Amino acid sequence: MAVKAAGQAASRSRPGDDETPPRVPELIQLLTPEGERAEHPDYPLELTTDEIKSLYRDLVLVRRIDFEAIALQRQGELGIWASLLGQEAAQVGSGRALGPRDMAFPTYREHGVAWCRGLDPAKLLELFRGVSHGGWDPKEHNFHLYTIVIGAQTLHATGYAMGIQRDGAVGEDGEAAIVYFGDGATSQGDVNEAFIWASVTNAPVVFFCQNNQWAISEPLDRQTRIPLYQRARGFGFPGVRVDGNDVFACLAVTRQAMQAAREGQGPTLIEAFTYRMGAHTTTDDPTRYRLSAELESWKLKDPIERVKQYLIRSGLAHEDFFASIAAEADQVGAKVRKACLEMSDPDPLSMFDHVYAEPNALLDAERAQLTEYLSSFAGEEVAR
Amino acid sequence: MTTQGPAKLTLSRAINEGLRKAMENDPKVLIMGEDVGKLGGVFRVTDGLQKDFGEDRVIDTPLAESGIIGTAIGLALRGYRPVCEIQFDGFVFPAFDQIVSQLAKMAFRSAGHVKLPVVVRIPCGGGIGAVEHHSESPEVLFVHASGLRVVACGDPADAFAMIQQSISCDDPVIFFEPKRRYWDKTEVDLARGVAAALPINQARTLVEGTDATLLCYGPMVRTGVEAAAAAAEEGRSLEVIDLRSLSPLDTETIYASVRKTGRCVVVHEAPVTAGLGAEIAARVTQECFYSLEAPVLRVGGYSTPYPPSRIEEHYLPDLDRVLDAVDRAFTY
Repeated sequence: MAVKAAGQAASRSRPGDDETPPRVPELIQLLTPEGERAEHPDYPLELTTDEIKSLYRDLVLVRRIDFEAIALQRQGELGIWASLLGQEAAQVGSGRALGPRDMAFPTYREHGVAWCRGLDPAKLLELFRGVSHGGWDPKEHNFHLYTIVIGAQTLHATGYAMGIQRDGAVGEDGEAAIVYFGDGATSQGDVNEAFIWASVTNAPVVFFCQNNQWAISEPLDRQTRIPLYQRARGFGFPGVRVDGNDVFACLAVTRQAMQAAREGQGPTLIEAFTYRMGAHTTTDDPTRYRLSAELESWKLKDPIERVKQYLIRSGLAHEDFFASIAAEADQVGAKVRKACLEMSDPDPLSMFDHVYAEPNALLDAERAQLTEYLSSFAGEEVAR
Repeated sequence: MTTQGPAKLTLSRAINEGLRKAMENDPKVLIMGEDVGKLGGVFRVTDGLQKDFGEDRVIDTPLAESGIIGTAIGLALRGYRPVCEIQFDGFVFPAFDQIVSQLAKMAFRSAGHVKLPVVVRIPCGGGIGAVEHHSESPEVLFVHASGLRVVACGDPADAFAMIQQSISCDDPVIFFEPKRRYWDKTEVDLARGVAAALPINQARTLVEGTDATLLCYGPMVRTGVEAAAAAAEEGRSLEVIDLRSLSPLDTETIYASVRKTGRCVVVHEAPVTAGLGAEIAARVTQECFYSLEAPVLRVGGYSTPYPPSRIEEHYLPDLDRVLDAVDRAFTY
C-alpha cells in the first residue's frame, strides 16, 4: 500500500526530468514465495544441499531466539525487545555473505546478523534487559555494537571503510564494511552524509537497507517518493532492490556487492524489500496504524516457509530434518531463556567503569561518594 | 611581541607544529575537516601538512560536520587517531549528536572494549568582528557530556604541548582554541618533549597572589594575566590560574588557591548562566566554605545570543569588568 503510493509519486514526470525511473522496480528474486527456484542473469547462485539446509537452520533458529525474547519481555524479564520477525532472510542472507574479516555495523534489530557473526544471543538480551548497553567486543566477531540512534552507524561504517583503504586492505583478498539501517533512517542526515562520503572516497562499504515498510507508525511514503534503491544513483553508486524475504537473493546480491567493495569498486546500496511482521518493539501497537490485510498478504511471502517448500519439492530434505531443526530451535530457545534468567544486575559502582579509558579524578570522587553512601546501609540490613 | 626569533610562534603556528610532531611520531594520526588540506585551514592551523603528509592523512572532507565526526569514529574503530577540525564554534552543532551520543558514549557502551582517541579542534570565542555563529563559546555543552575530555589552550607554548597530549590521549578530547589569540606570540621550545610538559588534566598557576583567585581559560587567559598586572598597580595581589582542562576540572589546584586567598572570581566568554563558572562556584562553596570571604563571582557573557560585532566589546569580559568583579569581591 505504502509502496504503491511511492511508486505513483515517482512516475509523475516534471519538466527537467531527463530520465524517468522505471515504473516497476526490478526486484531481484532467486526463490519465489512458493518455493520455486528463479534465475537472474546478474546473480548466478549455486548452493550445495548442505548450504541450503544450513541457511534454513539459521532462519529457524533466529526466529526462535526472537520468539523467546518476545516471551521474556512479556514475562517482565526484558525491558523491551525489537523483533526481527519477517526480516530473517534479509539478515541471514546478508550476514552469511560476509567474510570473517569484513565488519558489520548493525542497528538494534540485527539479531539475525549477530547470529551469523557468531555473537552469543545472550549478549543481545543483556542490552534489552538493561544489564548493559551491549558491552561486547566488536573485534571479537567483527560485529559492531548495536546503535540505537537512527542512522548514526552509517557514518561509522563509512569511516571504518576509509580506514580499510588507508590500511591498503582493498583489492585482491580485500576487506569491506557493511552497515544496516531501515527505511526510516534514509531520511536522516547522517545516512545521506554517509552516502556522499562513501561515494567521493569510493569507500569499501555496502549500505544494506532493510525496507520493512514501516518506521514505527510511519509508512514508506513519509520517507520517500521514489524507490529507495534508486537514490543511490543520485549519489553516484549502484543501487539494487532485492526480495528481502528471499534468503538466496539476499545472499547472492550481498556477496556480489561486498566483493565489489573489497576489490575497490566502491559502495553499493542494497534495498532489501521486506516487511516488519511484528510491532516496532514490544512497546508498540501496530493495530493503531496499519491494516491486518497488509500483514496477511505478507504472510504469504514468509522467508522461512519458501525455503522449506523448496527443500521439500526438490527432495533435498525430509520430515526428520525439519523435526531435528525444530528440536534444536527449542534447545536454543531454552538456552537463551536460561541465560536471561541467570543474568544478575550489575554492581551499581560499575556505572563508573569505562566512562573514560584513562583515569578521571571526577569519576573517582563520585565513585567513592556512592561507595560510602551504599555502605551506610550495611548496618540497617543487620539491624532488621 | 617585539622580536621575531625563530622560536617565537603564534598560537596558530604552535598548534600547527604540535600537529606536525604528532603526525611524525604516529602514522595513525590523521587530520580531517573542511579546507584543512590545500588551504591549510581558514586560520592556517593545518598549513603545509597535506603537502608533507599527503591527502590520505590530511583529508579535505565534504561540508558536513556530522559526517566529519561520524567517519572519524569509524576511522578510530579501525585503529586511527583522527584530529577533526570544526571550522568555527557555531558550526559544531550539526555534529553534536555524533559527539555526545556516539563519540562520548561508545567506550562505555562497549564496556571498555572500544577506545575512541579522536580530537575535535574547535576555534572558539569572539572578539574578531565576525558575523553570527563565528564567535561562540559552547564548551560547557561538552563538559556536561560524560565521556568527553574538554580542554582549552591559552598560549602558544602550552598549546604546542596540549595538542600533542590530546592526540595521544585514549579518550575523545574536545580541544578549544581561542581564535582571537591565534596571532599572539610566545616563545615555544619545539624540541621539548611532551613528557616534560604539564599533564593535560592539570591547571597551571600563571601568576601567584594572595588576595583573590582569578580562574580563566582559553581567550581569557591573557585578560586574566593583564588584570593581575593592573590590580598589582593598585596594591592588590591576584592569583591567576589557567584551568586548561575544563573536564575534568583540576579542583585540587582551585581549592588550594581559594583556601589561600579567600576570594574567587571565574571569568569566561560563555554566558554565565549554567556556565562553567556556575559549576566552579558550587564546588568551591562546598569545599572551601570556611575559607571564603566573599561569594564566588562570575564574569562572562550575557544570556543573549552572541551580539553583532559592533557591540561585542560590551558582551565580552574585559580588563575593566574583571577588575570590577575583583573589587566587588572585597565589598562583602
